[in-house]
Amino acid sequence: MSNVNQVRISVENLSRNFQEVHPGLTKQEAMEESNRCLYCYDAPCITACPTGIDIPTFIKKIASGNVLGSAKTIMTANPIGASCARVCPTEELCEGACVLNHSTKPIMIGNLQRYATDWAIQNEQILFQPGKKNGKTVAIIGGGPAGLASARELGRLGYDVTIFEAEEKAGGLNTYGIVSFRLPKEISYWEVKQVESLHVRIRTNTRVGKDISVEAILENYDIVVLAIGMSSVPDIGVSGEDLAGVYDAIEFVKETKTKPISNQFLKKRVAVIGAGNTAIDGATCSVRLGAANVKVLYRRTIEEMTAYEFEYEFAKQDGVEFRWLTAPKRIIGDGQGHVKEIECIKMELGEPGEDGRRRPVPIEGSEFTLEVDAVIKAIGQSRYVDLIEEFALEHNGGVIKIDHNTFQTSNEKVFACGDVIFGKGQGEAMVVSAAQQGKETAHAIHKSLFHSVTETS
Amino acid sequence: MADLRINLAGIESPNPFWLASAPPTNSGYQVQRAFEAGWGGAVWKTLGDPILNVTSRFAAVSFNGQRVAGFNNIELITDRPLEVNLKEIYETKKRFPNHTIIASLMVEPSQEKWHEIVKKVEDVGVDGLELNFGCPHGMAERGMGSASGQVPELVEKQTYWAKEAAKTPVIVKLTPNITDITVTAEAAVKGGADAISMINTINSLAGVDIDSWNTIPHVGGIGAHGGYCGPAVKPIALHMVGECARNPRINIPISGIGGISNWKNAVEFLLMGATSVQVCTAAMHHGFRIVEDMIEGLDHYLDERGIASVMDLVGKSVEKYSNWGDLDLNYKVVAQINNDICINCNKCHIACEDTSHQCIDMLKDPSGNSLLKVREEDCVGCNLCAIVCPVDGAIDMIEIPSGLPPMTWNERQAALGVVSCESNK
Repeated sequence: MSNVNQVRISVENLSRNFQEVHPGLTKQEAMEESNRCLYCYDAPCITACPTGIDIPTFIKKIASGNVLGSAKTIMTANPIGASCARVCPTEELCEGACVLNHSTKPIMIGNLQRYATDWAIQNEQILFQPGKKNGKTVAIIGGGPAGLASARELGRLGYDVTIFEAEEKAGGLNTYGIVSFRLPKEISYWEVKQVESLHVRIRTNTRVGKDISVEAILENYDIVVLAIGMSSVPDIGVSGEDLAGVYDAIEFVKETKTKPISNQFLKKRVAVIGAGNTAIDGATCSVRLGAANVKVLYRRTIEEMTAYEFEYEFAKQDGVEFRWLTAPKRIIGDGQGHVKEIECIKMELGEPGEDGRRRPVPIEGSEFTLEVDAVIKAIGQSRYVDLIEEFALEHNGGVIKIDHNTFQTSNEKVFACGDVIFGKGQGEAMVVSAAQQGKETAHAIHKSLFHSVTETS
Repeated sequence: MADLRINLAGIESPNPFWLASAPPTNSGYQVQRAFEAGWGGAVWKTLGDPILNVTSRFAAVSFNGQRVAGFNNIELITDRPLEVNLKEIYETKKRFPNHTIIASLMVEPSQEKWHEIVKKVEDVGVDGLELNFGCPHGMAERGMGSASGQVPELVEKQTYWAKEAAKTPVIVKLTPNITDITVTAEAAVKGGADAISMINTINSLAGVDIDSWNTIPHVGGIGAHGGYCGPAVKPIALHMVGECARNPRINIPISGIGGISNWKNAVEFLLMGATSVQVCTAAMHHGFRIVEDMIEGLDHYLDERGIASVMDLVGKSVEKYSNWGDLDLNYKVVAQINNDICINCNKCHIACEDTSHQCIDMLKDPSGNSLLKVREEDCVGCNLCAIVCPVDGAIDMIEIPSGLPPMTWNERQAALGVVSCESNK
């Protein structure tokens, strides 16, 4: 493992560790792979894609040399198709459904999608035209996957769209939350630019409820789309969480995407709490920042882990250690306000809880301590409950209640999509699903205002 | 180990694999390398008055990323002095006495010219002659190659002249750029040919560059038609070999040429009446070493079937090749989909639905899994579904006994008292 690590990770040049891990397909590779696609009729890969990309068609277009058309096919169905080409769990979606799983090996759909969208990015293509203005105004709160997808569709339908984005740049999770070596922020920026090319205004550094009031939004726009996603990582609920050296995984990843790579983690020992995809990101970022040892502590087992299999494999190849059935009990400081140790307790699985997963139960007297220099919390995300309540929308613990056919909230001029409507027990909160919800929300808005079938071609 | 030796009109060869007269047989160096690799024979690059060539000579057609599905050339006959070629033929034959060297010849249609060149090449010890009446480009503009090969009288006359002087067997190489190749084949027989070979290349323009709008290939911005060969032409060549083989008036051996790329292709040509096969494009694509697999594959094929000699294959499928009017109207096959092998790409469905007879249904089994099924009563047995199916064994064409005795169109028309379709000549 350490040999692999030495090849993959440079301690001399930390920035190099954050360059995209996988090179894209060469033209030759793309041609060979695209020609291997059977061009199925009623293809299962299309059904398996949450955004319903016509995959055989975009692949055939690569094979025919119509790469621009290929990129259009992808981006028409999925406004953040360049990001999804990199971050989708393709083996669970399109590639998992490929009929060639039953005869040879599946087509590399994700890599081909990346090839076509990379071509469009490198050739600075603008793929869509704004629709004829229909006189309606829409405010979209949040410029992440769901908000962008919604804005893209509304822009093509002729709406006057303004996105309110709290951060300096739009793109949401794709810009800030997914590690650079998986998804460079330039990819997300290009998708944002595609949306802006449809005359969508993006007001960045504008936090609704602070920089602009909820009332002003509700008053000044015909329609409001709430695509605010989720907030920071909540507290674990143990002592010592306020010590220096304790990080929110999302903030931690964001720093690596927005600031020069620092060497403060060089040779440090890091414990990551949680075993979802964000925990993996926190762990692999730590390795890439030069940490000497990185342990993922999870109170359940590998079976209950929510990280994708390929993410888990990737972390193991980075040398990350996994400690199952291990929960933090308290974080211990060095007396000067900095993390020194973390006390853990061993767990065992008891009876299944509400979500069907077996509950972890502490084993009396099994406490032990690990010496660590940093603790990264990745146990999920909290909700923007305050903002939702300012909009006076019905919600369930920060999950906005909607009509699932129309994406309409309890206020009929306010629609919601993306992580803000993603509740427990709904499977995975995938970027690609947020994009699809954004699209569907736009179509639902159009239907409610014009009672017409959506035609965006 | 089966006996791979052949005898074509008295020309003996250690195996049926010959290099066709083309760039691979341009020099003694190349032919000797070919013999070292295992080729049984070589038809030397066509001799005649040396010509001038242009640069940019070849082009190929790719299909879905597969290189050299078809190949096109505008190179002419040898551009080396006759004396140099003769010297190298002599040296090569001396080093490889058991291998076959055929001299391909092309001169102006005059008796004197033919006598002169036949004598010269036979003096250096060739095993046979091949009269090039086939090259479709360049030389044809000067009244040679396919220009003379398209005129039955010229084929007959020139064959006769060559035969007047020849002591070794004369093979006449025919052009496919003609409506009915059996007409020129018969002319060769009348002229006294000992064998015929086919096909030479087909008139072709490989492509047009959609960026520069130049032809492919082009010579300084101007193109000219070339000769087409390679895997894409194999069915055309096989048809022409078959038509000659089954024609009772063309009762001389055949050397088959056209898209032969492996031992299986060779077996097809042998079964359809060829005694030797000539190969060019496959060697140009991969080098002479491909012959090792050709020889071994053929040998294993014969051994598996207990066939002692490759000569026992020659012409065995000819009697199975006939006219449309001799086909049984009461023979019926239908498609059958094997759902345990099928991967549900639905290509058979959409091909049948859009372009054939709408008889493959996309269904769900009781557990909701996709299932393709043929409505046999509507299936015309066209084979399209089996052709487009990407998985071996997923679709079988099954014979359905019609319960009726065989009845051909010709028999039916005769029974109806109508003049039957005139059978092939």
